Amino acid sequence: MPRMTIAEAIRQAIREEMRRDPTVFCIGEDIGIEGGFGGPFTVTLGLAEEFGHDRILDTPVSEILIAGAAIGAAIAGMRPIAEVQYADFIFCMMDQIVNEATKMTYMSGGTVKVPMVIRAPVGATGRGAQHAQSIEGFFTHVPGLKVICPATPYDAKGLLKTAIRDDNPVLVLEHKLLYGSKGARSERAALSLVEEVPEEEYFIPFGKAVVCREGRDITVVANLLMLYRALEAAEILEKEGISLEVIDPRTLVPFDYETVIASVAKTSRLMIVEEDTRRNGWGAEVAAQVTEDAFYYLDAPVKRVATYDVPIPFSPVMERYVIPSVERIVEEARRLMSS
Amino acid sequence: MDQRSRVLKMYEMMYLIRKCEEKINELFLQGILPGTIHQYIGQEACAVGVLFDLRKEDYVVSTHRPVGHALAKGVPLRAVMAEMFGKATGCCKGKGGSMHLGDMEVGMPPAIAIVGAGLPIAVGIGLACKMRGSDNVVVCFFGDGASNEGAFHEALNGAALWNLPVVFVCENNLYAASTRVDKAMKVENIADRAVAYGMPGRVVDGMDVLKVNEEARVAIERARKGEGPTLLELKTYRFCGHSRTDPCRYRNRKEEEYWLSRDPVKLLAEYILREGLAREEELADIEARVLRSIEESVEYALSSPDPEPEDALRDVFYGE
Repeated sequence: MPRMTIAEAIRQAIREEMRRDPTVFCIGEDIGIEGGFGGPFTVTLGLAEEFGHDRILDTPVSEILIAGAAIGAAIAGMRPIAEVQYADFIFCMMDQIVNEATKMTYMSGGTVKVPMVIRAPVGATGRGAQHAQSIEGFFTHVPGLKVICPATPYDAKGLLKTAIRDDNPVLVLEHKLLYGSKGARSERAALSLVEEVPEEEYFIPFGKAVVCREGRDITVVANLLMLYRALEAAEILEKEGISLEVIDPRTLVPFDYETVIASVAKTSRLMIVEEDTRRNGWGAEVAAQVTEDAFYYLDAPVKRVATYDVPIPFSPVMERYVIPSVERIVEEARRLMSS
Repeated sequence: MDQRSRVLKMYEMMYLIRKCEEKINELFLQGILPGTIHQYIGQEACAVGVLFDLRKEDYVVSTHRPVGHALAKGVPLRAVMAEMFGKATGCCKGKGGSMHLGDMEVGMPPAIAIVGAGLPIAVGIGLACKMRGSDNVVVCFFGDGASNEGAFHEALNGAALWNLPVVFVCENNLYAASTRVDKAMKVENIADRAVAYGMPGRVVDGMDVLKVNEEARVAIERARKGEGPTLLELKTYRFCGHSRTDPCRYRNRKEEEYWLSRDPVKLLAEYILREGLAREEELADIEARVLRSIEESVEYALSSPDPEPEDALRDVFYGE
């Protein structure tokens, strides 16, 4: 079985789906330019050679066009995969996504379908405030949009294939430090995530979380990069006799409350770790929902560990401070155990 | 179809749009029709002239003022009227309403009421037509206001760059809500902006359905042959307010009188009689038939069931 990074696994998913279905195509900035870099994080590298420039469609720097063209093409029978260079740029296409993509099916009384994927790299990586944001909170709020966040190569392939075949708009959040992009496009602080990814076809359904580490004392729900920080914190705390059960939700809309609540029933404590800023984030929603549905399982208030409510600063020292660190997770977990 | 039949059919559709809108206005003012309205009265030659030669499989992308576009593209009158009332039998099952009329059976996705937002979507539909190797085309209607949105720029540039089968139709009715076009742009003709994108731009008398049709056919043919997009600017006027009960205090009466003297429905009737294409009685027959169909559509809408309130929870996701 080949070993792949997330970038390679996503590329593999796109390649498989494009080979199978002629209506699948990619659209975005710098994704297929010869001599270019296959998108900012190499995901589409080499695909134009196989599929041609009509199906790996480079656009002008025009985010409204990218989103609108994807929506229109989807309405008219295609399955576009739109790429946003950095998730921050998605705000240029906010109207297209929020007012158009997610409302077409509904406004048409369920007759129009919009099968489109939008891929957006999130996460703070030493680039300052406008190439750094985690955007979950904005988009999990919008009815009619599915939001997924694969954190492993295996999940990336299986979830993306499900997304491409979904008949609805799906936003795929990919973390810059998890891609494993190589060469000149590699990220300095990137995690080295390589794992075996089956060559054969497989799908991961939306709304199925995965328990990445079993534990007794605290249920920790963490996505993308925060999943790895939570796992690291779990290692440290294990030595102190605090046992974390770490859950990767994998998809935020739909969200697998069943798995989370089953875990809380066992641990009686819940912590949510997210890289998005804290106020009104997806963590707040999970906290509220679990409190509504499983209050009597809880021995302590639900704890959110999130990025502070500030823009992402450039200074590496400050950036490290505002994003939840392993140390902060450890600290908050100790406090949660003593409450 | 011979020229006489074509012209009479155009007249019938224009008269239908006019009278349908007048009926909608009446029902709205009586408080029978819910919601708000954005009427197409005065602009009938635009929808009919442009869409007359479109095929059923071709697409139209519309705006917050979609009644004329919907009827001219072939959305059934009853389904339009029922949608205005938010009924389960409406073309969007009551979930769209007056600003989102559409019916994919005739190539019309729900009209888009965010000004300018339909243009990039039309580009995407055009892209799909091209990628699938079909010779279908897309007509994208928008107003003078939309031509000042950023989406206009991105869409026209993209459509020209990729040589897509899109006909951009700007219905310049001189006012974006209450803002006159000369308060919103320095250029006299929106069609002149086409130069910036490397596509042809044409200024057309939007009150003359035959002229509109002539120019639209050229643009549609060009798109169908894979020669790329065109920007048509139809100079027109709405004979009503922007929405609801707008008394148009921002317009002067002289201007209104000038444009009313160029009423597109009246102009076509005069042309038909002058050219001897039909006698007055024949036009009266057409008109009576249209009026009956409108009455019938209102009865249909009023007697249609409301959707179940819980239906509001369905169709958030397709097929789920």
